[in-house]
Amino acid sequence: MTRIVVLVKDIPDLNEVKIDPSTRSPLVDGAKRRLNDLDKRALEAAIRVKEASGMEVVTVSMGDERTKTCALEALAMGADAAYVVTDLALKGLDAYATSRVLEAAIRKAGAFDVIVSGELSLDGMGSQVGPRVAELLGVPQVTYAKELKYESGKYRAIRDLEDVDEVVEVEPPFLATVVREINEPRIPSLMNIMKAKRKPITEWNAESLGLKADELRASVRVEVSDVKAPEVKRKRIMIKAEKVEETVAKLVDALTAEGALEG
Amino acid sequence: MNVRTLIYSENTELSLQLLGKAIQLSGEDVSAVAVDPDQANVLVNSGAAKVYLAKDRSLDTLRGGILDVVTRESPDLVLVGSSKRGRELAPRVAAALDAGYSGDCFDVQQGEDGFQVKRLAYGGSTVATMKIRGKPAVVSVSPRSFQKPETQGKRGEAIELNVTSPASRVKVIESRPKKAGDSGLENAKVIVSAGRGFKKREDLKLLEELAAELGAKMGCSRPVSADLGWMAQWVGISGKKVAPRLYIACGISGTIQHAAGIRDSHIIVSINSDEAAGIHEISDYSIVGDIYTVLPALTRALRERAR
Repeated sequence: MTRIVVLVKDIPDLNEVKIDPSTRSPLVDGAKRRLNDLDKRALEAAIRVKEASGMEVVTVSMGDERTKTCALEALAMGADAAYVVTDLALKGLDAYATSRVLEAAIRKAGAFDVIVSGELSLDGMGSQVGPRVAELLGVPQVTYAKELKYESGKYRAIRDLEDVDEVVEVEPPFLATVVREINEPRIPSLMNIMKAKRKPITEWNAESLGLKADELRASVRVEVSDVKAPEVKRKRIMIKAEKVEETVAKLVDALTAEGALEG
Repeated sequence: MNVRTLIYSENTELSLQLLGKAIQLSGEDVSAVAVDPDQANVLVNSGAAKVYLAKDRSLDTLRGGILDVVTRESPDLVLVGSSKRGRELAPRVAAALDAGYSGDCFDVQQGEDGFQVKRLAYGGSTVATMKIRGKPAVVSVSPRSFQKPETQGKRGEAIELNVTSPASRVKVIESRPKKAGDSGLENAKVIVSAGRGFKKREDLKLLEELAAELGAKMGCSRPVSADLGWMAQWVGISGKKVAPRLYIACGISGTIQHAAGIRDSHIIVSINSDEAAGIHEISDYSIVGDIYTVLPALTRALRERAR
């Protein structure tokens, strides 16, 4: 029996990431981590395929100890098992090296029918791990899926492209990436949250995947030299007055002078 | 040192923008992959030295074609137009070449050991500067990042590629042209937007009245839509990116993902009772006050102005 593999990534909650006003760098470390929204939708799509096909759903992630919390959330949603690469020696790899680790993890996890992931993760915004993994595994890809349906051994997907919606049919194995329109992810019930604690989370490191961490680190192709918020050029005028009527009148005057209320 | 550049985009306009940048970096050492004879013709007449014509537009054929041209031309840099089709092709090509790739870049410079590129990160709130090492570096480039070539170069050479791919397991059943985009937030001239400062769904009436007075579209922050479900679409990089003449943020704290979504607005007004809310820092005009008193007063003031 083959399985559905979902690539899920935990990222800093972008609603909690603040910009340091002096350095203009994002303050990422304090932010709570959550599943990348599109990966959650990929998982939801996989669970719906599971419901139609009876196949198992497993997740594959890379990260650290905190990633296991997100794996637990995936299990509560309906995944059957989670594989997490928690090797700290693999932290900070680029997408090139990360894809090689994920390839090894997917191979170790066993035969698969389809691999599903989000089209993009909102932190790095690289939008490359899916196609890279497909290339490394030698399987075709169905990107930007806004619908993914299992029908007697085959899959039917609708790809959300700029000019057209492309309806495709594909025989497994293949890799799919999904866009936001595909579904609304379910919120796990309390019962399923409890059940998830008894589902297996398997931890792997570079060695257990047959990889060498130092070689992977040396193979990195892309280095981030700096991440900064662009400087904001806004007027930043505080409108203050005794009474609210005076305050809004001042605002209306200012907006009129700007021409912002015309037409 | 002169670098060699290979360009590809199925979109001719975008391929010309890539060509403009490629000529700047490589002079006459520019090759291209084209999807049809018309595009090939445009590129050979615009300064590309060699233009390879792909047999068809399928992902597999283009992947194989680009890999073939990389072997022939040995480029240092492969620039791909960042359309959706380009963004699924480029990382696949990079993986086949064991190469580094950075997507959706709006700046590409030759560095000491490789190329330096810039693109957005963290939901669009920040700009990441990255270095790509190794040969070739694969980069996808956002539309309108670079100018088309200024002068017509000398006429290049068009070469047909013989790369074909076995039939893909992905069969295209149907291509449905898209309906013209929903006339919603993306094209709105004025937007009034609600945040968590609204305590109850019914209170959105205050926003509706202001919207009616301004002829504005209504939007909201992510939690109001995604968590509370009060509106279908939210404004922000994970939702709709907007660029109105006037954006009024009501009871919105101003997370970076929201800020990135409204960055292109002409005038931003914020109304929030929290003086320390981040939204005030990215606004042109701010009122520190309770939306429950400020919004009705603003609606009344606008109504009187209209009389």
